[in-house]
Amino acid sequence: MDEVFGLIDCNNFYVSCERVFRPDLEGNPVIVLSNNDGNASRRSNEIKPWIAMGDPAFKIRDIIKRENVTVFSSNYALYGSLSAKVSSVLLSMVPTIENYSIDESFLNLGEFREREVEPLARELRERVQRWVGIPTCVGIAPTKTLAKVANFLAKKRPQYRGVCDLRSSQVRADLLSTVPVAEVWGIGAASAAKLAKIGVQTAADLAALDPDNARALMTVTGGRTVYELRGISCLPLELMEPTRKGIAVTRSFGAPVTSWPQMREAIASYATRAAEKMRRYKVAAENIFVFMHTNTFNNDPFYSNGASARLTETTNDTGEVVALAVRLGERLWRDGFRYSKCGVMITELMPETIRQPALWCELDREKRERAWRAMDKLNATLGRDTVRILGAGPKNAAWRLRAEHRSPRWTTRWDELPRVRAN
Amino acid sequence: MSLELVDWAADWPMVLPYFDGTVPAGFPSPAEDYLGTPLDLHDFLIENKAATFLMRVDGDSMKDAGILDGDLLVVDRAAHPENGCVVIVALIGEYTVKRLRCGRDCVWLEPANPLYKAVRVSLGEDLHVFGVVKHAIHTLR
Repeated sequence: MDEVFGLIDCNNFYVSCERVFRPDLEGNPVIVLSNNDGNASRRSNEIKPWIAMGDPAFKIRDIIKRENVTVFSSNYALYGSLSAKVSSVLLSMVPTIENYSIDESFLNLGEFREREVEPLARELRERVQRWVGIPTCVGIAPTKTLAKVANFLAKKRPQYRGVCDLRSSQVRADLLSTVPVAEVWGIGAASAAKLAKIGVQTAADLAALDPDNARALMTVTGGRTVYELRGISCLPLELMEPTRKGIAVTRSFGAPVTSWPQMREAIASYATRAAEKMRRYKVAAENIFVFMHTNTFNNDPFYSNGASARLTETTNDTGEVVALAVRLGERLWRDGFRYSKCGVMITELMPETIRQPALWCELDREKRERAWRAMDKLNATLGRDTVRILGAGPKNAAWRLRAEHRSPRWTTRWDELPRVRAN
Repeated sequence: MSLELVDWAADWPMVLPYFDGTVPAGFPSPAEDYLGTPLDLHDFLIENKAATFLMRVDGDSMKDAGILDGDLLVVDRAAHPENGCVVIVALIGEYTVKRLRCGRDCVWLEPANPLYKAVRVSLGEDLHVFGVVKHAIHTLR
């Protein structure tokens, strides 16, 4: 049986999520700010002509006012929960899917009859819109790369009404020459520049390129892209979730950090989060890595450094993880810099059940574990950071992330449920 | 007969043990033999998990329909809004709970409280229905 891939991609996902419980925002300009409220990371169509992706928030203040733009901080609790709902809608109609990112999934449409595929895609789109409230577009093709191209066309050209089918080689021959090569999956700006030099401008040009040439120009993935554009599938669906190899808690600061006590608070707080995550996934750390650096983009003096350490006994005990992370941070710290970011990463994980007890352990592990679990429970029910260890600093410390415009977590918290008027 | 008070934690799974058959009082624990599949309130409240959202009521305009101020609503977006059912609709940029009534060339959005007026929406006018209200959960205080 021939392979048929679908790619369903949510339109302006973060913006669409913000609109689900805010009917007043339909048709009005909306932007979502990136981590730390620094830049415009997602824009609704209404505002795209005025605000570019990544524009710093302070630079667009006037436009926001003039165009009456509604501004949101990123609300990952909401986006994650609606993404999960979209996935279950997809699974209600298609047995095998690959969740490729928070807002797009590949679908295995090979098991459906040839003539059913397009109507199915249209119904899927309608169902996601009706059940979850998120608009989508679907691309259909014999390879993943072509499905991506099809999705691009479905999004950009209204005549397809949200579904573009590139299964027919005749249709591909007509359409690929209208797609700029930079829009092809995996072709970055650097590759596009190299390709332009040898006269490759469109997806059709790339499909016609000798695969060996493509490989010489862009390594093995380049050659694979050529085959995929010709309709020869090289990338199967990846159904298994990759096993959790590491946990990273890294964040930019709300304001530059210039003193060690502040940095220590930040490291302790990120290490606390990492330990909490480990307990949630029932894993324990074997190796911890801590880094910090100054801003690379302004004119601050540059400093960047990282250090890692191995634990003799794997652990997900907040006290131990924090202590080690802070000791590592101490070694990295240099006075006189304006630090913009730090991070705590657990680079080696083991299931917590196969913990190797050290010979001379003096900690009452069981008791401590009960205490951490109790803390996790409190934080889960009453909100993150309700209970913190003292070293993690106050809840409103200057270095903490800014998220001043976050919408309510409509779907994940009892006290933030949407309210409906009955008056 | 005596009542035993138990602690209730918010994150307990919504399951209740189900005993198939009668359990005679005073008989030494015959229940194990009859323990059936535990009941899960989700099965009763939620027909379609992917399409279900929870919302909170503000106001008393639906009180005669059994929907009181502060009640929790279980809203199904997959259900088809039919004549007579209670729906969540967008009115003037806000979500409102109303009963849907089909007229000849219009639909009426009816409150369930004589103090409030129905809203008429002509055919052809844009009506955004968020979802159909399946249950109102009312907590006794």
